[in-house]
Amino acid sequence: MAFLEIEGLTKRFGTTEVLKGIDLAIEEGGFLVLVGPSGCGKSTLLNTIAGLETVTDGEIRIAGRRVNELHPSKRDIAMVFQSYALYPNMTVAGNIAFGMEMRGVAKAERDAAIARVAEVLQIRHLLDRRPSQLSGGQRQRVAMGRALVRDPQIFLFDEPLSNLDAKLRIDMRTEIKRLHHAMGRTMVYVTHDQIEAMTLATRIAVLKDGVLQQFGTPAEIYNEPVNVFVADFMGSPAMNLVPAKGRQEGNRSLLALTRADEPDLLLGLTGPSMRIAAENRDVLIGIRPEAITDADGADRNSKHIVEAECLVEVVEPAGADTYVVTRLGGREVIARMRSDARILPGERVPFAFNMEKAVFFDPVSEARVA
Amino acid sequence: MAADIAGTAVRTSRVTRAIIYAALLFFAFYYMLPLYVMVVNSVKPLEEIRGGNMLALPQQFTIAPWLSAWSTAQIGVQPTGLQPYFLNSILIVVPAVAVSTILGALNGYVLTKWRFPGANIVFGMMLLACFIPFQIVLIPMARILGLLGLAGTIYGLILVHVVYGLGFTTLFFRNYYEAFPTELVKAAQIDGARFFQIFRRILLPSSGPIIVVTVIWQFTNVWNDFLFGASFAGFDSMPITVALNNLVNSSTGVKEYNVHFAGALMAALPTLIVYIVSGRYFVRGLMAGAVKG
Repeated sequence: MAFLEIEGLTKRFGTTEVLKGIDLAIEEGGFLVLVGPSGCGKSTLLNTIAGLETVTDGEIRIAGRRVNELHPSKRDIAMVFQSYALYPNMTVAGNIAFGMEMRGVAKAERDAAIARVAEVLQIRHLLDRRPSQLSGGQRQRVAMGRALVRDPQIFLFDEPLSNLDAKLRIDMRTEIKRLHHAMGRTMVYVTHDQIEAMTLATRIAVLKDGVLQQFGTPAEIYNEPVNVFVADFMGSPAMNLVPAKGRQEGNRSLLALTRADEPDLLLGLTGPSMRIAAENRDVLIGIRPEAITDADGADRNSKHIVEAECLVEVVEPAGADTYVVTRLGGREVIARMRSDARILPGERVPFAFNMEKAVFFDPVSEARVA
Repeated sequence: MAADIAGTAVRTSRVTRAIIYAALLFFAFYYMLPLYVMVVNSVKPLEEIRGGNMLALPQQFTIAPWLSAWSTAQIGVQPTGLQPYFLNSILIVVPAVAVSTILGALNGYVLTKWRFPGANIVFGMMLLACFIPFQIVLIPMARILGLLGLAGTIYGLILVHVVYGLGFTTLFFRNYYEAFPTELVKAAQIDGARFFQIFRRILLPSSGPIIVVTVIWQFTNVWNDFLFGASFAGFDSMPITVALNNLVNSSTGVKEYNVHFAGALMAALPTLIVYIVSGRYFVRGLMAGAVKG
């Protein structure tokens, strides 16, 4: 049985429905990331788990116990807020101890707990300061400390890193991951940053307009997106999505991508996707930049690489890789090539398409078809 | 060329500055003059005032008018001075200011952090209370005070001022707490703090500026009130403003202008002191709601 279960969760503000029947479950010690564009309902979902928002319909269970009606303080959770929400009138130590004080923990015990957490987060020297005297990263640590000291069953994070600068964000991301490993606690984490989602999660839930789009492991979400939205949202640079049409030529199953002033690019299909050719169907082919490479850089384990010459429009060296842009089916297509591949704009060079990694969507419903 | 321009710029700014300072000095003088007249004449014997020169400094300095205004001057029919009425005003102002400030803070807290359906309508109606002229409520208020058995008492006046001040104090606190981060309240809820604990431990310690604004506002309004005092006070519960009027308007005997000046200063002193002590917080607090940061 899962540790945190959410069943048919619906939340309405007046007549607007912000969560439309969410079903989720995460095992004990798991790391669930709720990800989606702003306004998708992910923060509302987190707030209902915390008990800061009431639930219109559905049920939330923690360790098998229904918590819908429980006060936030009785759910055995701790939350880290985007703005850190440190009490401005208290010292760092006071902030960390406030929850314990409210629960009537004795002074000596509180001091011991503060010392322990300060040690873990290396904020001992900050204990007597006020939040206004701290830097962004230090405030972040104190907010974490306030959550840690509680030692709750579930940690909730509401975009905790979005106010930090890029470098600090990556450091803290690693730190959160390390804490998760060290403590083995269940965590629920809200972010709009798909890279944070990929790096931290054991399970990702992708939301859009209050509807759960896909729920799965990071690998599932990344490699097997169920629809165009998930495919497009996860990954940077984004997955290439190109209109194409199935075509049967004798016993060859092909996918035709139109090109300007050139014959169509034909990609061979294998496995279940062959019926796209048999049905002559219009699809969107989704293929990630790293699945389109230069010929030598192609994945040697892949059983199905298609090479084709394409016209290079733009070359963007990015240090470790070089992104090469061509145009297929009227859309820009980004390929990720090795940085030492010598490629110039306007040249025709061979692109290697790893068709094992390609996914196919219906152009109208945008759902995955193969 | 460049030097010429710089020279002109400096000269212009000097001229402008001189004009500004002259204007400021003029207005400062203009506003200080009445205070000067009052202070100077309150420490002169009556003969010097009768002599005709109100603007002259006292030739013979005396605090007798102050003593008389405080403890022996004729107020109505009693020769008590302003002393008992000064005390009345304090007995009215302190509880009225305290209660209306606390209630206003609670209202603001609920209206922003514990929103309920229709919260904005309730707030709108409370705001309306700020615009109701005093005169309109006189008769209904007298009736209610009568029903409550508070007519002519200090408690009655306290009630009137609390009710009348609530619209303003609620407005002040609501707008202040509107900018107060709601995440702090959420964090405190998760920490297990309840309604009043959040109010007392999280919101109140950050409310210094707006408390000062509200207290100054309420103190000045209640202390300076004349209409409610004149309408609802009994003879023993008169505030100092009404007593001052009785002192100055007494129609018997000699007009003791020096005593009147001293009495008027006495009545004005508390508000003056409140402004001088906390004036800078007042400005700071008013700005705090207007511009964030």
